[in-house]
Amino acid sequence: MADALLKIEGVSKRFGGVIASDAISLAVPKGELHAVIGPNGAGKTTLIAQLAGEIAPDAGRIRFDGRDVTALPVDRRSQLGLGRSFQITSLFLDFTALDNVALAVQAHAGHSFRFWRDARREPELREPARAALARVGLAGRSDVIVSKLSHGEHRQLEIAMALATSPRMLLLDEPMAGMGPDESARMVKTLRELKGELTILLIEHDMEAVFALADRITVLVYGRIIASGPPEAIRANAEVREAYLGEQEAAHG
Amino acid sequence: MSVRLTPRNALVAGVIAILALVPVYAEASGNAFIISLFTRIVILAIAAVSLNLIMGFGGMVSFGHAAYLGIGGYAVGILAKEGVNSGFLQWPLAVAASALFAVTVGALSLRTRGVYFIMITLAFAQMVYYVAIGLDRYGGDDGMTIYKRSQFGAVIDLSNKTALYYLCLALLLAAIYLVWRLVHSRFGMVIQGARSNERRMRAIGFPTYRYKLLCFVFAGMLCGLAGALLANHTDFISPAMMHWTRSGDLIVMAVLGGMGTVFGPVIGALALLVLEEALSGITQYSQIILGPLFLLVVLFARGGIDGLLVGGRHG
Repeated sequence: MADALLKIEGVSKRFGGVIASDAISLAVPKGELHAVIGPNGAGKTTLIAQLAGEIAPDAGRIRFDGRDVTALPVDRRSQLGLGRSFQITSLFLDFTALDNVALAVQAHAGHSFRFWRDARREPELREPARAALARVGLAGRSDVIVSKLSHGEHRQLEIAMALATSPRMLLLDEPMAGMGPDESARMVKTLRELKGELTILLIEHDMEAVFALADRITVLVYGRIIASGPPEAIRANAEVREAYLGEQEAAHG
Repeated sequence: MSVRLTPRNALVAGVIAILALVPVYAEASGNAFIISLFTRIVILAIAAVSLNLIMGFGGMVSFGHAAYLGIGGYAVGILAKEGVNSGFLQWPLAVAASALFAVTVGALSLRTRGVYFIMITLAFAQMVYYVAIGLDRYGGDDGMTIYKRSQFGAVIDLSNKTALYYLCLALLLAAIYLVWRLVHSRFGMVIQGARSNERRMRAIGFPTYRYKLLCFVFAGMLCGLAGALLANHTDFISPAMMHWTRSGDLIVMAVLGGMGTVFGPVIGALALLVLEEALSGITQYSQIILGPLFLLVVLFARGGIDGLLVGGRHG
């Protein structure tokens, strides 16, 4: 797979006696929406944290667009086009929604050693930010202080911020966590619009959304990949059913 | 930019008007002491404004900010003692020495956060404090009188109390304007973003450390200038200028006036020092009243005096 945008080679991470990532190898080609699923504690968030650069793997390499980024810090990876949203909403709560997104635009509009002009009056920051808010359906909420927005709006804002960094690839960590059905539907719609335009690595618990959106699915259990393939194959995979989907059905029943 | 008449703007205008009229009142009433008091207030307000830049906007709680007052003051005092009286030399050196110190402290302390950051800044300030005590040639523990204020040739004569006061006031207003521009600029947005959520700042691509370090240095330079002013005002330097309780006073001023507002620290400095002065006429234990008062502000008016006026912005 020569044209893989993201290539993970044998990434391993251990926390004490717990193996969070067990020689994970994975390639995500350009344009693919690749979902990673697995039961709680499977090491999904640890994987994303290593891809984003927040946690250094013990072993293995991470290549983004052919370049070895394993040793690069978070901000450099973002500059290369690796965008990320957080599982637990991580926003600037005391700023407005527009300020939040404008900061993300600013991060990719050259250095910020600019000390004089009012950043809130710079169209080259505000206009792209407004556009990103409109894409996730928050155009009407741009001047609201973020701490006053609803949970669903926070999740949409997370996506808008990741988008505003004009990434080539998005790492989405449970964008639908804690959402009601309406909000989930809205998020699925947003992600479907982004699909194809961007390469996406999606971690999600909502199986309905995962099977509706993903081109390929990787199943992680105890830090190890037990299956990887198109949704139909995953659905039919006996080991997956036992390890993961069965557990879900049991939980529903 | 349109300026609306809000309680905050009215208060700011009122305070500036009062500050501008202090020498007039002193002249009319024959009370020269009041100029001295207000010169001190204005100088410490500059220091509090500089602390507020890193603490209120940047979330960097420095517990060693008075060190810059000392460094700025000692730069003036040491040069004066060695026969260099030109303010054109003394003041830039005071600011440069503060910048150098800030780079050193910042480079180390900004790698930590929370209580560790507070302790490292305090430790560095204590170091400078004890170095000053060890400077026997410059008065050691007792401090040293400065016999000649900074000379600015024909530009301004600082031995004139009114001239010194207006210079300090002009510098305070300039500092407020600069900080106001700064915090609204792209640079300021990065600083405030890092206070709000540094992890996210890094995730969206900001190398936050270098911005915070520069902000830390700016604040140190501004406070160093305040130190140079203070030495000229009191004609005296001593290690007490940078005692850790002075750093505490600066924090109180910033919190009392309203952290994270550009003008708040001025109101805080004014409130604290005027109260201290007024209470010292009544009791020598003014802290007994100031302490609980500060507690009330922290408990019930999180935005400080400014927050009371704006009305529950902080919830």
